[in-house]
Amino acid sequence: MLVLQAIIEGVLVGGFYALMAAGLTLVFGVMDIVNFAIGALIVLGAYLSYSLTIHFHLDPFVSLIFTTPLMTALGMFIYVFLIKPIKTNKVVMSLLTMFAVATLIEGILDICYNSGFVQIHASYINNSLRIGKLNFPLIYVLSFLLSAFLLSCLYFVTYRTKFGRALRASMQNPVAARLVGIDTDRVSMITLGIGIGLAAIGGMIFGTTNAFNASSSYDIISRLLVIVILGGFGSVGGALVAAIFMLVIQDVVAVVWSPVWGSTAFYMILMVVLLVRPQGLFGKKGVRAQ
Amino acid sequence: MSTDTTISQRPTPPSYEVPKAIRFGALAVGFLVLVLFPLVFNNPTISTIGVFAMIFLMAVTGWNIFSGYTGYIALGHAVFFGIGQYATAMLASYWQIPPGWETFLLIPVSMFLAGLAAIPIGLIVLRVRKHTFIVLTIALMFIFQLFAYNLRGWTGGSQGLEVSQPPWDGSIFNLPYYYVGLFLAIIAIVTSFMIRRSKFGLSLLAIRDDEDRARSLGINTRNSKLTAFVISAIFLGAAGCMYAMFVGSVYPQFSFDPAFDLELSIMAFAGGLGTILGPSLGALIISGAQQYFLITFGGANVFLIVYGALFILILRLLPGGVVPAISDKWRSHVVRKEQRILDSELEGPAEAGAHK
Repeated sequence: MLVLQAIIEGVLVGGFYALMAAGLTLVFGVMDIVNFAIGALIVLGAYLSYSLTIHFHLDPFVSLIFTTPLMTALGMFIYVFLIKPIKTNKVVMSLLTMFAVATLIEGILDICYNSGFVQIHASYINNSLRIGKLNFPLIYVLSFLLSAFLLSCLYFVTYRTKFGRALRASMQNPVAARLVGIDTDRVSMITLGIGIGLAAIGGMIFGTTNAFNASSSYDIISRLLVIVILGGFGSVGGALVAAIFMLVIQDVVAVVWSPVWGSTAFYMILMVVLLVRPQGLFGKKGVRAQ
Repeated sequence: MSTDTTISQRPTPPSYEVPKAIRFGALAVGFLVLVLFPLVFNNPTISTIGVFAMIFLMAVTGWNIFSGYTGYIALGHAVFFGIGQYATAMLASYWQIPPGWETFLLIPVSMFLAGLAAIPIGLIVLRVRKHTFIVLTIALMFIFQLFAYNLRGWTGGSQGLEVSQPPWDGSIFNLPYYYVGLFLAIIAIVTSFMIRRSKFGLSLLAIRDDEDRARSLGINTRNSKLTAFVISAIFLGAAGCMYAMFVGSVYPQFSFDPAFDLELSIMAFAGGLGTILGPSLGALIISGAQQYFLITFGGANVFLIVYGALFILILRLLPGGVVPAISDKWRSHVVRKEQRILDSELEGPAEAGAHK
């Protein structure tokens, strides 16, 4: 019974990681950028929602109306002023730039909010949903639904709109996309905006389900990177499967064995999978990788 | 007679590299400054900055031997730094080494252990390239951090371990650490120099430029990469041992610290990735600035902001690093001089005389 509970909880929490990993993998696919700042940006989103709930007594879900556009704008700003000017050695330089952004955000958050742990509160946060003999925290279910909804929106945008077609074209071959008249700069800017706007929503989910402080970002980013690699860089479907899979494994190990080994199992799986399939579960094998 | 000089008669074609005399002069001055530094500034606060600079100097030079030359940006070298630290702390208590000079004997042991650990790790991570490699090394560092947290019997978990410090007087306490650090850093730089000038170094550079082509030309890329990986890990192990001895305590979150890896890479990038002395220059400047900020601003938060902003500025203004920027400047200087001579020769001997 405990194992079943662990599996379902793993799926519920996995929704959040799937959403964040999808954003990461899209940004990577379009721009070849490993968005190392996503952890810090999620924490920033969490703090923004936290402030809105504390000072304006907004519901955390309502606070998203304000935080998401703000973070999207931040993402576009980062693209225009920091990423676009990079000309040489793009992969590494952009990763380091994103790390610098992460450090900057972490420092600012540390000053504004001190380093004590906080959690976003709402009246229903401690409620739980009872199905048969199983008990689930209501907030896990709500955040899973929100993540699933946003993922389907993301799917719709990528596969059913004109912008999505441009986005997929830039992912497949940026040069050819430019040749047929796609403004890849604009696509990149909007994609980074979406990726970081999603971090605002992810931050709210993270902040309601976990106690966090400014340095929680390392934990998030390390897990997200593992998920994205396991799923195969640039594969959205792979990210979804990997996220759910990893979180379920982690929760089951935590229940069956010991909580302290839960996250170790998470990383060990990555090592084992990569020994067999260096390109990840769903990644395509690079023909000439350099 | 100079007016008769024609292009064909000019003695030697000019070198576009900075002349040897200037380079060796700068090297000698730098060496002297490093040797005299703690004697001139004998204030413990300042010589502490010096010791950390030495530790980072050897760590970055070691890192550059692998990442700079092969172009594989490893962000998990904190693993070896941490292995060096934990090896020092665990062995010092296991062998009951009395605090004092004897602890320094753990440096070769830490180097050996870090190098040994690098072999299986290298075999795993070097199977992948580019982003996957970067992220895999990060994941590896978190695995080791979790092991350090969870294997409480050996590592003390989050309580950390202590390395008891020798009862030396405060005024001279830093000196042995500084000079041993400087010695190791020089060994690292000499190794880096020798590798860069060897056939092995050329094979690493070939891997950086185009790995598949290097392989098709008969370079055993796996062995070259693994050898460079192990050599760089050895220096990280030495740096870890020095750090543990100097700081006196070892904690999972500081031994296996993601920020450490990014510090290494920003130092190397600031100085000039893949050059011999660039990373060293970057290490001295940035670790010095870092310790200074930490002392000046106290809390970690303001320091993080300053550091992040500095980082962005370096990446924006000096994307290639300081050392390549200097050689670029020199090259354009030489080219301009050439141009002037050529121009004057074309215009006639009288003009050429005026220029000389």
